[in-house]
Amino acid sequence: MLGFLKRPIVVTAEVNLNMVSLTVASLLSRLWCLSYPRAVVFDEVYYGPFISFYMNRVFFLDDSGPPLGHMLLALGGYLGGFDGNFLWNRIGAEYTKNVPVWALRLLPALAGALSVPMGYQIVSELRFSHCAAIGAALLLLIENALITQSRLMQLESLLIFFNFLAVLSYLKFFNVQKHSPFSPRWWFWLMLTGVACACAVGTRYMGIFTYLLVLCVAAIHAWHLIGDQTLSNGAAVTCAPVPHQVRVLCHVFARAVALVVLPAVLYLLCFYVHLTLLYRSGPHDRIMSSAFQASLEGGLARITQGQPLEVAFGSQVTLKNVFGKPLPCWLHSHQNTYPIIYENGRGSSHQQQVTCYPFKDINNWWVIKDPERHQLVVSNPPKPVRHGDVVQLVHGMTTRFLNTHDVAAPLSLHAQEVSCYVDYNISMPAQNLWRLAVLSPGNCGLLQPPASCSGSSLLWRLDIVNRQSDRDTWKTILSTVRFVHLNTSAVLKLSGAHLPEWGFRQLEVVGEKLSRGQHESMAWNVEEHHYRTSQEQRGQELELHTPMKANFSLNLSFMARFLELQWRMLTLQSEEAEHRYSSTPLDWVTLDSNIPYWLNPRSSAQIHLLGNLVIWASASMATATYVLLFLWYLLRRQRDIHDLPEDVWQRWVLAGALCGGGWAVNYLPFFLMEKTLFLYHYLPALAFQLLLLPLVLQHTWDHLCRTQVQRGVFSALVVTWYSAACHVSNMLRPLTYGDRPLSPGELLALHWRDSWDILIQKP
Amino acid sequence: MLCASGRLLAARAETSLFAPPGGRGPALRFPRRELHFPGQLNPPLWDSLTGRLTRHNASPHRRVILKWGRMQPAVGRGLAGSELRLRKSRCGSRAARSVGRDGAIQATARSPKPPRRSSRRFEEVGRQALLALVTLLSFATRFHRLDQPPHVCWDETHFGKMGSYYINRTFFFDVHPPLGKMLIGLAGYLSGYDGTFLFQKPGDKYEHHSYMGMRGFCAFLGSWLVPFAYLIVLDLSKSLPAALLTAALLIFDTGCLTLSQYILLDPILMFFIMAAMLSMVKYNSYANRPFSAPWWFWLILTGISLTGALGVKFVGLFIILQVGLNTIADLWHLFGDLSLSLVTVGKHLMARILCLIVLPLVLYMAIFAVHIMVLNKSGPGDGFFSSAFQARLSGNNLHNASIPEHLAYGSVITVKNLRMAIGYLHSHRHLYPEGFGARQQQVTTYLHKDYNNLWIIKKYNTDSDPLDPSFPVEFVRHGDIIRLEHKETARNLHSHYHEAPLTRKHYQVTGYGINGTGDSNDFWRIEVVNRKFGNRIKVLRSRIRLIHLVTGCVLGSSGKILPKWGWEQLEVTCTPYLKQTLNSIWNVEDHINPKLPNISLDVLQPTFPEILLESHMVMIWGNNGLKPKDNDFTSKPWHWPINYQGLRFSGANDTDFRVYLLGNPVIWWLNLVSIALYLISRSIIAIAMQRGAQLSTKVEELTRVLLQGGGQVLLGWMLHYFPFFLMGRILYFHHYFPAMLFSSMLTGILWDTLLRLFAGGLASSSLAKSVHATGILILILGTAYSFYLFHPLAYGMVGPLAQDPKSPMAGLRWLESWEF
Repeated sequence: MLGFLKRPIVVTAEVNLNMVSLTVASLLSRLWCLSYPRAVVFDEVYYGPFISFYMNRVFFLDDSGPPLGHMLLALGGYLGGFDGNFLWNRIGAEYTKNVPVWALRLLPALAGALSVPMGYQIVSELRFSHCAAIGAALLLLIENALITQSRLMQLESLLIFFNFLAVLSYLKFFNVQKHSPFSPRWWFWLMLTGVACACAVGTRYMGIFTYLLVLCVAAIHAWHLIGDQTLSNGAAVTCAPVPHQVRVLCHVFARAVALVVLPAVLYLLCFYVHLTLLYRSGPHDRIMSSAFQASLEGGLARITQGQPLEVAFGSQVTLKNVFGKPLPCWLHSHQNTYPIIYENGRGSSHQQQVTCYPFKDINNWWVIKDPERHQLVVSNPPKPVRHGDVVQLVHGMTTRFLNTHDVAAPLSLHAQEVSCYVDYNISMPAQNLWRLAVLSPGNCGLLQPPASCSGSSLLWRLDIVNRQSDRDTWKTILSTVRFVHLNTSAVLKLSGAHLPEWGFRQLEVVGEKLSRGQHESMAWNVEEHHYRTSQEQRGQELELHTPMKANFSLNLSFMARFLELQWRMLTLQSEEAEHRYSSTPLDWVTLDSNIPYWLNPRSSAQIHLLGNLVIWASASMATATYVLLFLWYLLRRQRDIHDLPEDVWQRWVLAGALCGGGWAVNYLPFFLMEKTLFLYHYLPALAFQLLLLPLVLQHTWDHLCRTQVQRGVFSALVVTWYSAACHVSNMLRPLTYGDRPLSPGELLALHWRDSWDILIQKP
Repeated sequence: MLCASGRLLAARAETSLFAPPGGRGPALRFPRRELHFPGQLNPPLWDSLTGRLTRHNASPHRRVILKWGRMQPAVGRGLAGSELRLRKSRCGSRAARSVGRDGAIQATARSPKPPRRSSRRFEEVGRQALLALVTLLSFATRFHRLDQPPHVCWDETHFGKMGSYYINRTFFFDVHPPLGKMLIGLAGYLSGYDGTFLFQKPGDKYEHHSYMGMRGFCAFLGSWLVPFAYLIVLDLSKSLPAALLTAALLIFDTGCLTLSQYILLDPILMFFIMAAMLSMVKYNSYANRPFSAPWWFWLILTGISLTGALGVKFVGLFIILQVGLNTIADLWHLFGDLSLSLVTVGKHLMARILCLIVLPLVLYMAIFAVHIMVLNKSGPGDGFFSSAFQARLSGNNLHNASIPEHLAYGSVITVKNLRMAIGYLHSHRHLYPEGFGARQQQVTTYLHKDYNNLWIIKKYNTDSDPLDPSFPVEFVRHGDIIRLEHKETARNLHSHYHEAPLTRKHYQVTGYGINGTGDSNDFWRIEVVNRKFGNRIKVLRSRIRLIHLVTGCVLGSSGKILPKWGWEQLEVTCTPYLKQTLNSIWNVEDHINPKLPNISLDVLQPTFPEILLESHMVMIWGNNGLKPKDNDFTSKPWHWPINYQGLRFSGANDTDFRVYLLGNPVIWWLNLVSIALYLISRSIIAIAMQRGAQLSTKVEELTRVLLQGGGQVLLGWMLHYFPFFLMGRILYFHHYFPAMLFSSMLTGILWDTLLRLFAGGLASSSLAKSVHATGILILILGTAYSFYLFHPLAYGMVGPLAQDPKSPMAGLRWLESWEF
């Protein structure tokens, strides 16, 4: 028991001075003068507002990526004591005193700096030489584009960091697996892989491709494990012998938990934190559903607080379209009628317009009327409206009935026009009057005798889409409903088209006859709601004292909120954004474009996102070389000619799968994307490519240079090439840091490519 | 080669030498054979029956690794595959080819009778009779009531019309390659249709026009799908019941039936897809006799069918992909076979390049050559194509045209955008509405020829009248500052710092000024791309850019469609981004200047490769342009396999003759279940094999069918289904039908194999046989009965809708989303 007392306690520390010096150097390169320039640089103008939103706890919606990256940026602001008061309105605006620029830029810079020693580790975990590892780290260290990108409030360096972390911890795990599975280290690296994957996906959607790559490699390794009959059990010495099958199952199960379940949980967790932090309503609320808005503090919740839950006959409501595209809007009507003749000569019913209006307005109020009753007030006790009930919708301001009929809608010709019914005494055939008598006897004559009398065409059947049972009541905010016209079985729908001038550019609402399936544009929900208990103004004070105002809370579950937020983020169509500095994936490999990030308004000092040409070109060449060599070896192996020893081949393939594969999965998907792309989207792919480069060099040295002379020449070439890279890096340094003004002559000297956009002020 | 054929002989000799030991199940009756390869140290023992499942003789203590996949991913092997594994898989590959030689034997292996001569002949006759029966049933169902309804149904309005265009030889534009429509046109021509019917909209009565030839042709091709599927499954599974089940599924599917009965591209497309699949499977089965006559025959036929599939629709690419993958895997294994010399492998490679790449390419180009030769008259598709392309269409104003070559001041011109299908610079007497920049005259691009496309080119500072003879001719040169005056309205092309109507970051382009008098915002610098300053500007051939003098922006078209107020023409903007894209490059097409001599422009005739390239660019552009609108209900790929929603072919109301394209739900849901079941059983088998489980020979044989045959078909299903998830264009239900064919074949193979596996566990072989037979029979009868229930969908129905109890379809509307 007390054996440990017999021996002295010894701490043996092993310090890899290479690692330490690399880390120090990279910290220096990334953190040097971090708070310069004290002005908004390029995409900081995009991420800045989100940081402010976090500081103020205001809800926002950003479709560019999941919230973890934004949260990490905001964490910097929180630690630096940022109060969120800064107007991020243009690139180049000077930061005010209250913005802790250094703290805000610290996290991305740290992530960028730590990527360098991690690159070193990855290469050595791939079992390549120490020299190759240093080479990879040095390349990462001096690459100008990586430096520029990590020194600013942007997310790419975080993504690169998490990508590297995922690959590195998987490699560590894979190497531990060989001798001691299920040891604490084994568990640690396995779990860290999952965590890093989740973080990568949480920072940018692009991270999912690296995650899938790691998952694939892990799956292949696990598959070999399943086939391995002689699976060594590292823990078998201490534990009771476990049946072989069970051991394999444990292996597979542990991987599944760490690499599938854990990332999923963490991804949810990051949204949970996001939603917990942002509890106030803000400018992006309007995109979300009413229920979501009501769950935020302020905004809609303030209005809907204290509303009765169940919609009853006689309720006054506003009806919001659930789909809300192109704009979130409410069912609306106004005094104006459809023009008798449209521009193209077609006629209309000339009845009152019904539209969808994207702003709150008194004309958005509708009364739910019971066709059987005369009055427009809620009875006592209120009679709730249920699924399948027949209702009439009365426009609050004009007291006209919502109607649709066999007249083509103004813009969507295949659908029916929806109007508020105005009786011109000629448009309705007589048999409709008769049918009304059967359907709703005796409700004529109270409000608008001729109009309300004129037909069952004013009746709508209520269809609650998200009902639990067939007798569900219609609930404020929570229920999404469809209105099915009784006579023509058309469904009230937002067509999404903007009406012309005569319709004040509001959105067109139609009766869709060929309703195929359920589409959200046909679904509506009640947003604001109150019981109307008295006719006209007579009993206002009575209304205030009614006990029917049951308060109810709208605690949407986290999952519901998460799903809605995620869905909106994925489907939000940001405005087509052609950008002056956007580029295509093909431009990136050859570095055909750059991005001017910032220009000092007083001097010509400027910051550019500009890569090191030598490094980019050689990295692409190395990738091509790898692919060619790999194919060559593969073909020869198929003919049973083994150029490489088996373990070298294994390493070669794994290195290619992780580094070359990392480049491919971070680059090729961009060809399929339709959004605006920038040069910095290439950086994660480039980082992987830089890892592959020294591996190819080492392989060439080891296996392709056979004589001493060849090796000598090759080493000399590598040294020359690296010096050239350093030289180029140094030349571009003023554009990377933007620390000193350059004369037009110097700038012209750096204008190596016509397609580069270097800002040269004309004298 | 010698070696291979030697082996072949040995194999044959041995099979005939061994007497069948009269086992229980039919599959057990085959003995093990040993093949010795000369010159190899480790003579492997092949299990002839298990085919690709191999055993290593030299090391019996090692576990058996069963390799089935011809499509073994290279990475999987590369990452940690050991030497042992690699060698084994190569053994597997060799065994894989040995399978083919057993094919014929295995086919008989399942038949219960001993292979005596007379019974064999009898069996052969029975087999032919079954095939004939299946074919007959297929033709009967497809041709039954083919003439109903006698009006245009659904997309017949497009493809019928395009068939007519071929008969009338007028040029048109479509997003699909021409073969399908050419065949429809040919069928119509041969059956006496004169091309005069307008095919205006669905529901138009054919009346006296002859339409049965075209429908009959499509039905004829559609009928062949069933025998093709039957033969494919028979070849893959060597099992008659499986083939029969597949055939039944396809015969009795209302969806396939409906789709084959109208003038559509789909039956033609599916015919070629299945033909390609069939010939690929056939030529795979001749792998043991490479370079023999049937091998060449099927290989060439594969190539021809592939051309056919691609020539009808671009969806044909998927079957090309499948054949390509199969070929690559095949070659890879041949390459790994050390008994074949590299020369032989090279021959294999060349044969495939010749038949599967060169031949299809030549045929494909031949199709286009015919297409272009037949359509030699100007028609509705002209404006989509470049000026040079139009010059070859008779009736087009550029055909045999002679116009002045160099642009001069005072010329009247039309300006065409170089981007495909953008059209001519256009203006008209309508203003931009309120809220869209300045309320000045609209400038758009328009695809059709029109007087409003004419512009007069003028000097920026003087107003020269083109007809005034006192002015000397002065040519426009690169870098000149000009003014473009719209001929009809006499307004100048104008731009200013207002945002464009749709592309907010660009500037608005308008027509401004009165009778040619405007302001300095009307000045444009004309530049020729890649030319020196001072050069003249050539009509048609110079690629020009117009740069706005004041703002420095470039005239271009964004390609976006303006709303109603802009007559749905395309937006013209002035873009401040100076990147060179085709959108901002123009050429001068028409050129009228009486002072200049006209020269003939025959030199402009584009070469055939240029025409081919341009047609494809326009087709791809057209396909990309078919985007769904936001609020529309569009069919989503996930709807399809669950038969969520059909398509109305004809009629909507209860008095109409209604045809509704919907899969037979019983069959479709069976297919869906089968896919899930297949994936489950496949993973179970894969894990069992990876764990080195010992399987009996019979089970091994069955799993081989399941993994290989089923795998081929599953790959086909995936290739014909999953790519649709990535497509941005608008999708329809009928896009799923090629995948559905593969899915049905999978169902046939799966249920037959599973029933055999299940029955194999039973004690007596006669019981097992009857269980198997009963199972298959129930499935076939079930589908037949469901067809009896649902046949009105395909053959048409009149009467009340399904909600009504009096309807013929009462009670059959199982999903609310079905509309019949």
